[in-house]
Amino acid sequence: MIGIIDYGMGNVNSIVNMFKKLGFPSQIVSDPLELSKFNRIILPGVGSFDHGITYLKEKGFFDKIKEFVIKKDNILLGICLGMQMLGLSSEEGSQEGLGLINFINKKFDFASNNSNFKIPHMGWNYVKMHSNQLGEFLNPQKYYFVHSYHAVVQDSNNVLFMTNYGYDFPSAVIRENIIGFQFHPEKSHLYGMELLKRFMEYRYVS
Amino acid sequence: MFHRPRIIPVLTIIDNDLVKTINFKNPRYIGDPINAVKIFNGKAVDELCILDIRASVDGKEPNYELLNQIASEAFVPLSYGGGITNIEQIRKIIFLGYEKVVINSEFVRHPQFIKDAVRVAGSSSIVGAIDVKKNILGKYITNSKSASINHKSSPVDLAKEYEKSGVGEILFTDIAKEGTKLGYNIDLVYSISKAVKVPLIANGGASGLIDIQKVIKEGEAHSAAASSMFVYYGKKDAVLISYPSESELEQIEFSSE
Repeated sequence: MIGIIDYGMGNVNSIVNMFKKLGFPSQIVSDPLELSKFNRIILPGVGSFDHGITYLKEKGFFDKIKEFVIKKDNILLGICLGMQMLGLSSEEGSQEGLGLINFINKKFDFASNNSNFKIPHMGWNYVKMHSNQLGEFLNPQKYYFVHSYHAVVQDSNNVLFMTNYGYDFPSAVIRENIIGFQFHPEKSHLYGMELLKRFMEYRYVS
Repeated sequence: MFHRPRIIPVLTIIDNDLVKTINFKNPRYIGDPINAVKIFNGKAVDELCILDIRASVDGKEPNYELLNQIASEAFVPLSYGGGITNIEQIRKIIFLGYEKVVINSEFVRHPQFIKDAVRVAGSSSIVGAIDVKKNILGKYITNSKSASINHKSSPVDLAKEYEKSGVGEILFTDIAKEGTKLGYNIDLVYSISKAVKVPLIANGGASGLIDIQKVIKEGEAHSAAASSMFVYYGKKDAVLISYPSESELEQIEFSSE
């Protein structure tokens, strides 16, 4: 059973429905004590980093999420702001992230490229597979992005997908039983569904 | 590898019904909007634009119940427009899962409103709508409240005002072309596109992919929106929800290079 964290930020309905369409029942989790009932948890999120972290702490999810991933059978997926919060920090705010994967979040900076790219990065964009932990894809995959900050990863082993927007940045990250997607699979119709299917098939094997 | 320009179906709603108009008049019942959304999901649309064409005239609140159902079923980016008059409505709609809101009438009544909306929701979440008609002298004038009110601004002037207010995109519709499948107003689209840096979504008049190619290549629109070509089929306008395949869309020559 999949648990989708509802901490007041981000729209959980599309995620619930996409999993439902794929044949995977899910439950919205408002009580952090219930996290242990699930073996796959989704952390969604739309909004600012500090708001997200603050709400997670206020609702008691912050520590419980860290506890959840100790058991390597459990899988945690962060989406959009949910992915950003898996990192150490963000230029957008002053709060500390969950620190589950070694990366920070920086604002898109095109100054040195002198380009016409607008911020936020909003729209469809392609990903390049950096690691094949979610399997091989026959065709180019694209997803819907809406974000102004992106991950800067220390260890390239934590990079799952790369995307180009002015320059290359990690659009998906992974470490053992923790995965993050910067884009919105629940807004990426057929591509998103295929990816979430792969996510459901993923197990961490040490 | 960059993504091609977006092709956006516009779904016009009255109450809980999906309808289709011609020149913003004579709405014809098409079907259940939620059903249409489900079908578009399976066809991998770039995004969907939901417009409630009576809300502003009737002075009603957005139909949150319907919008919620649509958002739950749509696995695609969504924008909503129709009767948005205050910030609280914008918050509610975005919270329901809509990426963008489209504002028209209220801007003309209260220009400060757009600036406030941009500040609260972010510029990329706010789309300024420009609907035009020709007046008796043959001059293009902008309209609102589903074309029931005329304004003094020219389309280009309105576009510049939107740009100054910080909108993320402009949705331009030539009412005379809307629903006619006679092609977009390429000249007017071009003049607006050249006048502002804000991305322009051209709407009104598309009969097929050739028109879409033309409005992007010659009109220099950033994206193309259409309605009739996605809900009708054939000479007798039978109702059929359709959308071109990815390979068809990739074959379109969007630039002159």
